[in-house]
Amino acid sequence: MSAAAPLLKVEGLKCAYGQAEILHGVDLQVRQGEIVSLIGANGAGKSTTLMCLSRVNRVRGGRVTFDGHDITGMRPEQVVRLGLVQVPEGRRIFPRLTVRENLEMGAFIRRDRDGIEADLRRAYDLFPILRDRSAQQGGTLSGGEQQMLAIARALMSRPKMLMMDEPSMGIAPILVAKIFETVRDVLRAQGMTILLVEQNANAALRMSDRGYVLETGNIVLTGTGQELLGDPRVRAAYLGE
Amino acid sequence: MLRAAAAAENLAIAVLGQAGAVLPAFGADGQLSGQEVFSQQLVTGLSNGMIIALIAIGYTMVYGIIELINFAHGDLCMLGAFLALTIVGALGMAEWSGVGGVGGVVLLLFSAAVFCGGLNWSIDRLAYRPLRKASKLSLLVSAIGASFILVNLGLFWGGLPMDVFAGGGSSAAPKDFPALVSNRDVLTLGDVRWTLNDLLVLAVTVPLMVALTVLVKFTKLGKAMRAVAQNPTAAQLMGIDVDRVIGSTFFIGGALGGFATVVYSLYNNTISFQMGYRMGMDAFIAAVLGGIGNLPGAVLGGLLIGVVRSMSDQYVEARWTNAVVFGILILILVFRPSGLLGAKLREKV
Repeated sequence: MSAAAPLLKVEGLKCAYGQAEILHGVDLQVRQGEIVSLIGANGAGKSTTLMCLSRVNRVRGGRVTFDGHDITGMRPEQVVRLGLVQVPEGRRIFPRLTVRENLEMGAFIRRDRDGIEADLRRAYDLFPILRDRSAQQGGTLSGGEQQMLAIARALMSRPKMLMMDEPSMGIAPILVAKIFETVRDVLRAQGMTILLVEQNANAALRMSDRGYVLETGNIVLTGTGQELLGDPRVRAAYLGE
Repeated sequence: MLRAAAAAENLAIAVLGQAGAVLPAFGADGQLSGQEVFSQQLVTGLSNGMIIALIAIGYTMVYGIIELINFAHGDLCMLGAFLALTIVGALGMAEWSGVGGVGGVVLLLFSAAVFCGGLNWSIDRLAYRPLRKASKLSLLVSAIGASFILVNLGLFWGGLPMDVFAGGGSSAAPKDFPALVSNRDVLTLGDVRWTLNDLLVLAVTVPLMVALTVLVKFTKLGKAMRAVAQNPTAAQLMGIDVDRVIGSTFFIGGALGGFATVVYSLYNNTISFQMGYRMGMDAFIAAVLGGIGNLPGAVLGGLLIGVVRSMSDQYVEARWTNAVVFGILILILVFRPSGLLGAKLREKV
């Protein structure tokens, strides 16, 4: 665990969605054990950034290094095997697989049966509602439960770093609080490194070590969570003041 | 349009072939009662239906995972039949009997399965995978192109100078497929008589369907196949190599088609380079009838189409059978486009 080299280093990342270039050269870093937020308005390119880092979207330029490996030209499954795993936004669970099967798919890259069973129990302890619903199809869960499933599923791969896309989107506020609490308390205690993409800037910055502000494909501001929460520009644009 | 005319000719041949299999039922001076005729037609229909179902599974699996009607699938099965006949000829299998005969049939089944599976995988690799991000229409056109190539390969293959191809003089003519499995009755249940061929159909198709169900429901590959079908992007984010899972799906669907085509050839005793069109259409209609993308639906649809065909041959008239079957397709598309067991169709964005 070297403090010097960042776990994830993004330099001049350019990315397109279809024909349109969405990211025009994004630079950001995430160090081991940090929680870093990427905030910005709808359409700023936050989700595109994550899809690019997961190598699902094509990279047009720049360089991405993760854990000492250049992942710019890798395939999505190779990135997952290196331990960089995304929790996709909204309903990207498998709707007609059971909750348990969804979790098993999270462990797709692993072969250690006993370890997977142990991690399944750990996932159920993290979100007990998933244990009650384990035989139900994923699509029958509520929005908040689906989000919990998506987080638990990503953890099943034993990632080194999680990238979470809008965990608060379309979820009842009480569940948002619960999910953020879990992320902060449990995952941070485990030393999990997290890149968190959020529109809910207030909640995200409060639990983050550092943050970046993304505007129309460019990073316009960066600082610690506290600095950004106090920044007048952030307050005006994202905290509704 | 040449193709349509040729197909019609083949349909007539195939239907005659089927009627031929039924003829013995009338041979015994009208001793069969109406009830017996009905039962006998039911057995024939169910046997052909199981074969159609096995081919329909190939359509429905591929549709389920990449939303493509793989129009080359029927023609792929046709080439499997040509391979089987070539092996029969090369090894002189028509003379084999007893244990050797059984071994021969097993050899044919597995050769055709591996061949069709491998060929289907290759077609995906060459004709469909490069178009994964293109529109569904491009994919469909590519499938039709693949179908034409396979039909022409079959036409060429049938012209090879082998005895089983009648010396290769007339490559387009239907070929006799030796009756390696006897058509004699071996079992009588009530008033229904089962030939060894009927039992062969069950002995091959039922275990394959059970095995496929186990594979799709319980194995890691099966779960990954369902995951890719439901959300390919999320599957990628789990570290699933989507192209590899799709390739495996093509292999499995093709292999089932290979098994089916050998059973079909043994059951109906005639093959032709155009048979893929007919088998493919029946199976495609079966898949749509059951609900495309739905595995139990493909089996149900296959059985229904098989029974409808034989009942129509018996009680309407053989030449109307295709009209009846296609009429069913139109009715489904108009009144229940999602099929009997299919979920509501949704447009993917």
